Amino acid sequence: MAAQDTDTDTIAAAPVPQAAGMPMLHKVIFVLLLIFLAGLPFMVYPIFAMKVMCFALFAAAFNLLLGFGGLLSFGHAAYFGGASYVAAHAAKVWGLTPELSVLCGTAAAAFLGLVIGGLSIRRQGIYFAMVTLAFAQMVYFFALQVPFTGGEDGIQSVPRGDLFGLISLENNIALYFFVLAVTFGGILFLYRIVHSPFGQVLKAIRENEPRAISLGYNVNRYKLMVFVLSATFAGLAGATKSQVFQLASLTDVHWAMSGEVVLMTLLGGMGTIFGPLVGGALIVTMQNYLATFGAWVTIIQGIIFVIGVLLFREGIVGVISRWLKRPL
Amino acid sequence: MSIVLEARGLTKEFKGFVAVNDVDLKVEKGTIHALIGPNGAGKTTFFNLLTKFLQPTRGTIHYEGRDITRMPPARIARLGMVRSFQISAVFPDLTVLQNVRVALQRKRGESYDFWRSEKSLTRFDDAARGYIDEVGLSEFVHHRAAELSYGRKRALEIAATLALEPEMLLLDEPMAGMAQEDIERISALIKRVAKNRTILMVEHNLSVVANLSDRITVLARGEVLAEGDYDAVSKSPEVIEAYIGAGYD
Repeated sequence: MAAQDTDTDTIAAAPVPQAAGMPMLHKVIFVLLLIFLAGLPFMVYPIFAMKVMCFALFAAAFNLLLGFGGLLSFGHAAYFGGASYVAAHAAKVWGLTPELSVLCGTAAAAFLGLVIGGLSIRRQGIYFAMVTLAFAQMVYFFALQVPFTGGEDGIQSVPRGDLFGLISLENNIALYFFVLAVTFGGILFLYRIVHSPFGQVLKAIRENEPRAISLGYNVNRYKLMVFVLSATFAGLAGATKSQVFQLASLTDVHWAMSGEVVLMTLLGGMGTIFGPLVGGALIVTMQNYLATFGAWVTIIQGIIFVIGVLLFREGIVGVISRWLKRPL
Repeated sequence: MSIVLEARGLTKEFKGFVAVNDVDLKVEKGTIHALIGPNGAGKTTFFNLLTKFLQPTRGTIHYEGRDITRMPPARIARLGMVRSFQISAVFPDLTVLQNVRVALQRKRGESYDFWRSEKSLTRFDDAARGYIDEVGLSEFVHHRAAELSYGRKRALEIAATLALEPEMLLLDEPMAGMAQEDIERISALIKRVAKNRTILMVEHNLSVVANLSDRITVLARGEVLAEGDYDAVSKSPEVIEAYIGAGYD
């Protein structure tokens, strides 16, 4: 046994390549992605492109919690939808500028994440998922009942307003570049979180929690922190989406939305950087182009998910990453 | 000699079954103290009580005169009493360097700085390499911990533990499942790091701790059976009986 082990040390094991900062491959992908996204609104309907970006950010925020924090939340619609209500309300009733409305929605999601996260992280595994789902359902019924959300109607015809009070976002292209800046910035920030001293501890906790405790880490605080960060960026995505569609509705807080983001993350590849972006884009595109099939969309989506899970257990990007032998 | 760690009347019951029954233990500063016993003697339970991974049903634990009976485990580690695990406890997907760095990061304080680059961690590299050299893993600095042999994982675990500069180390069966050459390597390492530190180690096998420990406590069926140095303990008829009685040869 020991002799065998010693052999694998010398033969199979190779040192992990060392690079300071973001690996070149990731830089190249981010730059290409930015160039592609800059040209996208001139090729496809801008509203659709913005929807894709919002969901990509939502999935990336969810992946921070699931893929890097090791926590499966089944109630992320609460932060996504909650933020979209607050942002829509801020823009329509308070008359705030778009960036301040989005900020209000995001802050609300962070606060909601702090409360729900604080109450849920003491539970583990399936119990954690059930507790987060229960809280998300409470948020859903709250949204259904209170007057400011507009109940079944939602908050409609939210004004787009002027960015910083200067630039009108009535123009779809102007709005598009605002959304691009917010979502792309959000995704880069999530990347930074994963590759920060905090992210390093998070990885350690995910890999061996008792050992992290024995090193003196206050594990629950790190879990709460990653929960709040994930909720915050999910909120940023939801708040931005409400500005794009000029609408906040019950769909965004419904449990099906919580399920959808799990689907996007798993299909794309959880624990990868680019997986959630691919998963989010894929699901939204599918829903868009299959819309003519009506109720069949969910069935087709289900079949694709089943095939996806059977063929690529680690998600699309997860599999590509394994082929390339590089983290993506 | 002063007492670093003291347990008084420590008892742990699991639904009617008494795993540890009224155990008193005193560990003197600067010694290597071994806790041995046959399978099912309650060693690991007792160990988990001391490190707070389990809550005792009755009894108290004092560390450097402080009552730590109700403290959470992470807090104990910050006081300078750090434990290891029976199943080697490394972070498999991190490199050897990162494994040690995570420990150094904690010593610096908490790491909630999610906005800062990973590059800021390179300032721990030199210190980390020092500990890695000390346990003889210099050539594996950038290897993933999962790729190391069992004995080397143990050495890495010790390096990470040393990085916390603990005053007291609690080792849970550090030699379990090891080949002879690894046992010798780890024994030498434990002896080396025991200078100016106190070590409490749990072992199954009496012969392993023979030349290593200053004092030995033998547990059987959750109670202290004998205590003393190796010569006294190994000649004790109760100890011999307990080992043979438990089917140990």
